[in-house]
Amino acid sequence: MGTYVLKRLGLALVTLWLLSVLVFFATQVLPGDPGRAILGNLASPSAVAALDHQLGVDRPLIEQYWTWVTGLLHGNMGVSTQFRAPVEPYVQAALVNSLKLAALAFVIVVPLGIVGGVVAALNYGRGADRVISVAGLSATTVPEFVSGIVVIVVFGVALKVLPVSASAGAGASPASQFQHLILPAIPLVLVLFGYIARMARAGTIEALNSDYARTATLKGLKRSVVIRRHVLRNSLLPTITVIATQTGYLIGGLVVVETLFNYQGIGNLIYTAAKSKDFPMLAAGVLVIGVVYMVATLIADILSTVLNPRLRLGGAE
Amino acid sequence: MTEVVAAPATAVTVVHGRGELPPWRLLLRRPTFIVGAAILLFWVVCAVFGHMIAPQDPLAQQLLATNKAPSGAHWFGTDQLGRDVFSRVIVGARSILIISFFATLLGTVAGTALGLTMGYLGGVVDIVGGRLVEAVLALPLVVVAFLFVVAVGPSPLTIIIVIGLVFTPLIARTVRSAVLVERQQDYLASARLLGENRAYIMFVEVLPNVLPVVLVEFTVRLGYAIFAIASLSFLGFGVQPPTPDWGADIFANYGVLPAGYWWMTLFPALAIASLVIAINLVTDSIEQVLAS
Amino acid sequence: MTVTETAAAGRVDDLTPTLQVEHLEVTHRVRGDDRRALRDVSFQIGRRESYGLVGESGSGKSTVALALTRYLPRNGRVTGGRISINGQDPLAMDAEALRALRARTVSMVYQEPGKALNPSIRVGRQVAEVYEVAGLDRSAAQDKAEAMLRTVQISDPGRVMGLYPHQISGGMAQRVVVAMALAAEPSLLILDEPTTALDATVEAEVLDLVAALREDFATSVLFISHNLAVIAKMCDRVGVLYAGELLEEGPAQQVFEEPRHPYTVGLLRCIPRRGQRKDAGRLDTIPGFLPSPGHTLPGCVFAPRCPIAEQRCREARPPAFDVGPGRRSRCYLHDATSDLPRNTPVEVQLASTRDPAEVVVSLHDLSKTFTHGGESVRALVGVNLSLERGETLGLVGESGSGKTTLARALLGLVAPDEGSDVELDGTALAAEARRRPREQLKALQIVFQNPDSALNRRHTVRHLISRPLSRLAGLSGARLRERLTDLVRSVRLEERHLSLRPSQLSGGLKQRVAIARAFGGGPRIVVCDEPTSALDVSVQAAILNLLADLQAKEQVTYLFISHDLGVVRYLSDRIAVLYLGRVMELGPAETVFAGPHHPYTEALLSAVPSIDGQRADRIRLHGEIPSAADPPSGCVFHTRCPRRLSTGVCETTEPPLAQVAPGHLMSCHIPIDQLTILQRTGQDGD
Repeated sequence: MGTYVLKRLGLALVTLWLLSVLVFFATQVLPGDPGRAILGNLASPSAVAALDHQLGVDRPLIEQYWTWVTGLLHGNMGVSTQFRAPVEPYVQAALVNSLKLAALAFVIVVPLGIVGGVVAALNYGRGADRVISVAGLSATTVPEFVSGIVVIVVFGVALKVLPVSASAGAGASPASQFQHLILPAIPLVLVLFGYIARMARAGTIEALNSDYARTATLKGLKRSVVIRRHVLRNSLLPTITVIATQTGYLIGGLVVVETLFNYQGIGNLIYTAAKSKDFPMLAAGVLVIGVVYMVATLIADILSTVLNPRLRLGGAE
Repeated sequence: MTEVVAAPATAVTVVHGRGELPPWRLLLRRPTFIVGAAILLFWVVCAVFGHMIAPQDPLAQQLLATNKAPSGAHWFGTDQLGRDVFSRVIVGARSILIISFFATLLGTVAGTALGLTMGYLGGVVDIVGGRLVEAVLALPLVVVAFLFVVAVGPSPLTIIIVIGLVFTPLIARTVRSAVLVERQQDYLASARLLGENRAYIMFVEVLPNVLPVVLVEFTVRLGYAIFAIASLSFLGFGVQPPTPDWGADIFANYGVLPAGYWWMTLFPALAIASLVIAINLVTDSIEQVLAS
Repeated sequence: MTVTETAAAGRVDDLTPTLQVEHLEVTHRVRGDDRRALRDVSFQIGRRESYGLVGESGSGKSTVALALTRYLPRNGRVTGGRISINGQDPLAMDAEALRALRARTVSMVYQEPGKALNPSIRVGRQVAEVYEVAGLDRSAAQDKAEAMLRTVQISDPGRVMGLYPHQISGGMAQRVVVAMALAAEPSLLILDEPTTALDATVEAEVLDLVAALREDFATSVLFISHNLAVIAKMCDRVGVLYAGELLEEGPAQQVFEEPRHPYTVGLLRCIPRRGQRKDAGRLDTIPGFLPSPGHTLPGCVFAPRCPIAEQRCREARPPAFDVGPGRRSRCYLHDATSDLPRNTPVEVQLASTRDPAEVVVSLHDLSKTFTHGGESVRALVGVNLSLERGETLGLVGESGSGKTTLARALLGLVAPDEGSDVELDGTALAAEARRRPREQLKALQIVFQNPDSALNRRHTVRHLISRPLSRLAGLSGARLRERLTDLVRSVRLEERHLSLRPSQLSGGLKQRVAIARAFGGGPRIVVCDEPTSALDVSVQAAILNLLADLQAKEQVTYLFISHDLGVVRYLSDRIAVLYLGRVMELGPAETVFAGPHHPYTEALLSAVPSIDGQRADRIRLHGEIPSAADPPSGCVFHTRCPRRLSTGVCETTEPPLAQVAPGHLMSCHIPIDQLTILQRTGQDGD
């Protein structure tokens, strides 16, 4: 198992490197002349060249990449072109905000999704199953800004019960912050609910139809014991992996939700960076998202290895 | 040779189960498919004949009739420039359907070819491809698309290529695992013993068997494509104004939502919702029929 | 205590049968269509009696077991009849009573022991659960579980308790399942194909165990199997199921010796028995097919395939006739079964005289090492074999013996290790089929075990059979069509099958398509890798006849792989016995079967149950087949060999494959004379 974790870590590092190349390529190479982009069409060529030189973008690509990557390794993510200041404090603050929102969504959706999926599986083919399945599917497939608009229209505009903006403002009480986060969390919960419920349902149905569930039932165990001890133990394993994988989609959703609700998170950060062609900021934001996602997947993989004796202990031979 | 093998007349030699229907007939029996297909068909009709159906010119600005709430004259109201929201919703189906269809098609074709190659040839191709998939998967789809569209600048062609390229490894991964299942099958060994070459085995022997997977993958990805493209448009990096587009229209108007002008965002939002839900109902039905 | 509870719950008296089934009818609902799975099935099992239910696929034998435990699939329900277990009717019970019945009175053992155990719970805990259900606390239940594992002859129960199911072998897993089933000391033990997934020597051990424990626990047994020999060995009485109906029942020995239903007669004639061989006569067959599920035949279900069916058989369903003490048969013509006409004439077309010893293919030092997770597994070790023109070489051995690897290396589907040599007509063959020229590809073909996997389901039969004709035989146009017609006829398919796809054909017809494809290019050697083991007995016979006919006609050589010794004996001229990738014994078929045998061959032969009574000279192997990744030192068989020499030579030195008689080779340290005496003494002793 130790070797598995090491191997998994090694793969994660390779992926991280590929990711850095991808981000570097997209943010430093594709956009063309950063100096021109910053100074605009009216600036003189010499001013552009001077800025390019100052930014270091007139050097060879490999050298630029090397500078960039070694900078990253030293915690130096570059200088924001829109704020003319190091990007780290911005990224850090945004990440904390995003994690708050994501955590709230997770706390709501994980139990909800699992219970929904298990209830659907136990009622396989009946009304409750159809309702949960179709509702879950619909919720998952609707983009967050669409469901976000619906909740804004319903709760913010029509009923006026919850604040439409996600930010409670500086110095707001935790209760107030929480209140402001409820509406933005709903679209995220909706998108994730379908995935988690679907996975939990499929796993539970498979376990219910398994030979070992039959063995347990024919042993004379109570149905509740069969489900708790024999079915759920096996069916929820794959669900854990899915939950972690969904972190990625969650962060993708954050870009949209944070923009819609004007919340100062990592999604909003890369959005505004993109709008103002602030490529160092954009690169840092995207990289941070990638790292968070990879860490989540890694934890999920290790967790499911720990929980699954077959993976943990290896084969008989 | 006198062995009596021919069955007596009463025996059923062909083991067709009773009431066994071809897959498409089974599809038509599922209410979820009917509903999904009907909605999808409606939007396809709008995409093709939108300009004929729309009661007004979706681009015509009526500066005297801006921000009008829904009424008999304007079913879905008017937007900040006084354009008819209903007409824009009808005509707006075109851009998203065309872009998402071609993006998915590109991703499916390229992904299927890559997946077949990775799965059947294995070795270095598989390892390199596998890393590529991992790297793309290490970022949320919307973020990757966003990153590249921002870098290259938004245009329908860019979006098609970017979404198609992002889909390619994802589809390749699914096709690859289906191919790996097929690779266990003895018919491939038989083909090798007939001296068939690799291309024949991949495209004539294996491909037909993974086509159902490809079909499901296409419909699933189509749903994602619409999701992603609408999200890009909403962020202002998709279809550019003044072309009628649901996501872009929401982007243009959601700022006035708190002021109570809900109709100019809500109706395009509902249009997107209905389209993605319809596609997923169809996908779900196809998956269920293929699984049974 | 469980014993007293069981007694209180169920024990009525010794005269009441443990199980009574009366007119049981079960229906499955498939796509809005009601299909009858069981019709009017009645039988009973007395105290301590062992009852066998035998039937081919689709007969409904497993449905009986599921109905008894009320565990039918969601779409299945009992639509008629009555079940009584110890006087209680499970069909009329509420949930709590049903749970108590399952906990105390009825237990079940399943076909796939690996899947029957929960993968994420330790073995000990799963056994202990049975005692916990009976009211014991957790630690007492653990103690009882450990004792029970010892009872099922698990040598180190304390250790096994702490393992997860994936860490134990199939044979061990089945012991654990048996332990769980007997832990509750049930009145009725249902075994549903309990050894079908196991190797012959492991099967023999599990069957012995079940037979012994049945006595100790005074349990009645319902034994379900497709294997008549296993039923003959294990059961006092037997019922023959066909298409959901019980056609015949009675004392097992009587039914198998003097069957009174044409279906039973046919089944018994399909099996190669008593050393029957291809040159001595064809196997009889049962033509036609099982009625489709949900059929509505007014008369006897077997009438469409019965050689003596009369008008009344097709019009009215025959009642169950009493045909002797405790015997019943649902046949109007139960008196005519002793001289039932054959469906297939016995006479054979004898192979034209073979040129003696014209070697077609030879394998020299064939080895294959696989690498699995850093471990090297030697699947084949230095195998030397040659195949002569027109002969059948039977390849026998249990799982992991390397049979399939040998076949695949010969065909070029896996590349053997460096230094191995495969020659066709004295010319070395390329390791990979891809690099072999057409003539060589053409010479070597294969019929796989599972036609569903071997035939591309997207292609039509015409495409499947035509492809070798164009690729290998180089035919096209009219000549191809002509040859196609010939080929289709020679495997006894019909023209109308050509436009169908594999899924539209029955198992037997699919295998004929596979055979046609193998023969299309005009091969000289055809590997038959368990070609009948996915088929029902009645279909197997027709395929074996076909293979024998084609061989006689085309002078083709077979490398015939099978775990079924009766089938191997029927078709083979010579036999090679493999164990852990090494040839243990090689010789003319009759010599290998008659003995003196290699101790492993001896064990294999005595492990296989027979319909015609059991051999007396039974030696049993213990333990599992060692892993090929870590083979024993010296003679690889020494860890399980009952005749191991006390000198210690077996543990240290690998015996060479040496000739013990003309054409008969053996890899054993024991001198042949001594083996002869040992094996004869065994026989005399009984």
